[in-house]
Amino acid sequence: MDLSLSDFGAIAIMQGFNGLSVFCVLLLMALGLAIIFGQMGVINMAHGEFLTVGAYTTFLVSSLTLRFLPELQPYYFFVAIVLSFLIAGALGWLAEWALISKLYHRPLDTLLATWGLSLVMQQAFRSIFGAREVSASMPDWLMGSWMPTDTIDIPLNGLFVMAVTLLLTVAIFVLLYRSRWGLQVRATVQNRVMARSVGINTKKVDRMTFALGCGVAGVAGAAFTTIGSTGPTSGSLYIVDTFLVVVFGGAASLFGTIASAFSIAQTQSMAEFFISGSMAKVLTLSAVILILMLRPQGLFSLKVRK
Amino acid sequence: MDLKQTGASRLLPRRLAQGAAALSMLAMSVFASSAGAEVNSTGLAVTDTEVIVGQLHSATGTMAISETGSIQAERLAIEQINASGGILGRQIKVIQEDGASDWPTFAEKARKLLERDKVAAVFGCWTSASRKAVLPIFEKENGLLYYPTFYEGLEQSKNVIYTGQEATQQILAGLDWVAKEKGAKTFYLLGSDYIWPRTSMKIARKHIENVLGGQVVGEEYYPLGNTQFGSLTNKIKLKKPDVIFAAVVGGSNVAFYKQLKAAGITSDKQTLLTLSVTEDELLGIGGENMAGFYASMKYFQSLDNPNNSEFVKAFKAKYGNDAVIGDVTQAAYLGPWLWKAAVEKAGSFDVDKVVAASAGLELDTAPEGYVKVHENQHLWSKTRIGQVQANGQFAVVYESDLIEPNPFPKGYQ
Repeated sequence: MDLSLSDFGAIAIMQGFNGLSVFCVLLLMALGLAIIFGQMGVINMAHGEFLTVGAYTTFLVSSLTLRFLPELQPYYFFVAIVLSFLIAGALGWLAEWALISKLYHRPLDTLLATWGLSLVMQQAFRSIFGAREVSASMPDWLMGSWMPTDTIDIPLNGLFVMAVTLLLTVAIFVLLYRSRWGLQVRATVQNRVMARSVGINTKKVDRMTFALGCGVAGVAGAAFTTIGSTGPTSGSLYIVDTFLVVVFGGAASLFGTIASAFSIAQTQSMAEFFISGSMAKVLTLSAVILILMLRPQGLFSLKVRK
Repeated sequence: MDLKQTGASRLLPRRLAQGAAALSMLAMSVFASSAGAEVNSTGLAVTDTEVIVGQLHSATGTMAISETGSIQAERLAIEQINASGGILGRQIKVIQEDGASDWPTFAEKARKLLERDKVAAVFGCWTSASRKAVLPIFEKENGLLYYPTFYEGLEQSKNVIYTGQEATQQILAGLDWVAKEKGAKTFYLLGSDYIWPRTSMKIARKHIENVLGGQVVGEEYYPLGNTQFGSLTNKIKLKKPDVIFAAVVGGSNVAFYKQLKAAGITSDKQTLLTLSVTEDELLGIGGENMAGFYASMKYFQSLDNPNNSEFVKAFKAKYGNDAVIGDVTQAAYLGPWLWKAAVEKAGSFDVDKVVAASAGLELDTAPEGYVKVHENQHLWSKTRIGQVQANGQFAVVYESDLIEPNPFPKGYQ
């Protein structure tokens, strides 16, 4: 093969960027679930559908902007992200109020209930938006690549997803570890009864936590319209990887989620480069299973006195 | 003794004759309400005014994305047939069942349509998995299935009429074109990881290596639903193939083309030929994200002929101006028309007679142009190369001659 050293260097750089990019995608899709699963112990099978809510919101904002304010088309994405957060969050709030709050003492039932919810939401998308996939028109600054040299292409949508992930992670970190509300959430996680007895409204905390998790999923869904599909079942494409990241990272640990997303992304990305896509997946999953067998609590876990 | 016997034997036939007459009158009245024996000798749901058919697609679940177009096209064809007087003077009534993207459900619904509803024909299925799930039932109950999707071949059932292309029809003409027009020598084969892409790529590899004298520089499959193609784009840059030959399906498709574009692999630098992007998929991908790439199919909505403009007009009148028509949608539209032609040629709804009448049947009103049913129950058809336009349509740049269907290609397995 006629490859110069500089070509090889360029591909190494792009492959490195790809690893980071996959890391950000995995982290972004797992953040919302990590909040809900980690802080509340609820396994939200409808997580993928909250992602889809964000994606459809972006599609709607994009179509409306194109129709009524075409000159603002390059900037609609920011509005779409905020709206995705609000709408997915509100739906999450509603779901917690109507469904989850009735089932806190029956964790297995929440699994079933949220799975049912995901089916209901999928069919709702299909009835409202049609069974076919849709495509939000991307602003030009989001498509294409940035070329620092002739041979290196850095995908702009990858950079964008990275920026969103970074901002969101920092925001969640500040919210959970530096705010009064975060303190209440953590207190509730560690000891619900005690938290309630010192005057924390744990019901309200739960509801807000669930809404936040869903809102974050909505933002992720909006960001993913730049790299993936928008259809009634798009959310289910992400759900397996999401659970993988959260479980591997260890519940109740934001750091665990980050570390887990990073290691899975790097393994996957490197393996994909040297062997075929399907085999890379097999390899990654096998590695995760092996590590979980040796360390069932995941990479990081909260140390609680039992 | 003799007399007595004669008397008795005289009496008996008379009684019998009376009884027989009564019976035959009874039978006549029964048949009158359920159509004459000559058009229906196997107890199908056919009356003097009506014939019942089944429609079996996924209206819900993952596959609804793809199957919706087929449901719409078959409905349109049936309505048009009814408006023009029906089949053998009978109006078609449809029982629609939902396979719900779940293969056992397909089997169960197929059994219901054939055993309980006794439908005269079924228009349905999309994925090979669903077809394989219903096949034993159609063969056991001697039903008749019109199957619209282009597929991997390697199948030929007397109970199925395949209105889409089998793999060699779609693939060989496409590869020949790209080798001749683009001077392609090196190919990167790529697909989702299941039977259709794998079989298609196997055929493609044999053709590239043995017939075109080219070279396959990469062959890869990604899990269905994979959304990350970053490593792949880098590998493609490393291998620098003349052509990317792709059969990625479903949600992955959208991710693949968006990420290809983001990685700077666009049509001004790279030739790409796909088997799995129709106008339906372009809705989700966005025409601007794969403009300039090519697809190899037998039908594009933009085909310029009178049959097609009429079909497109009727389709849009019924389903809205934004409706798009992909390859499979058109193939699904052929189903009811081919059935009508075969039934009229056979003068009967009996499955065996309809199947026998199907071989050699010609249809020159198809939107794709002239088609003919081969003895192997696949269609002779032309293969076209379409170039993706930013508006989500294809511009047809090449059209082959009529290609013989060959579901069991020698030397390609």
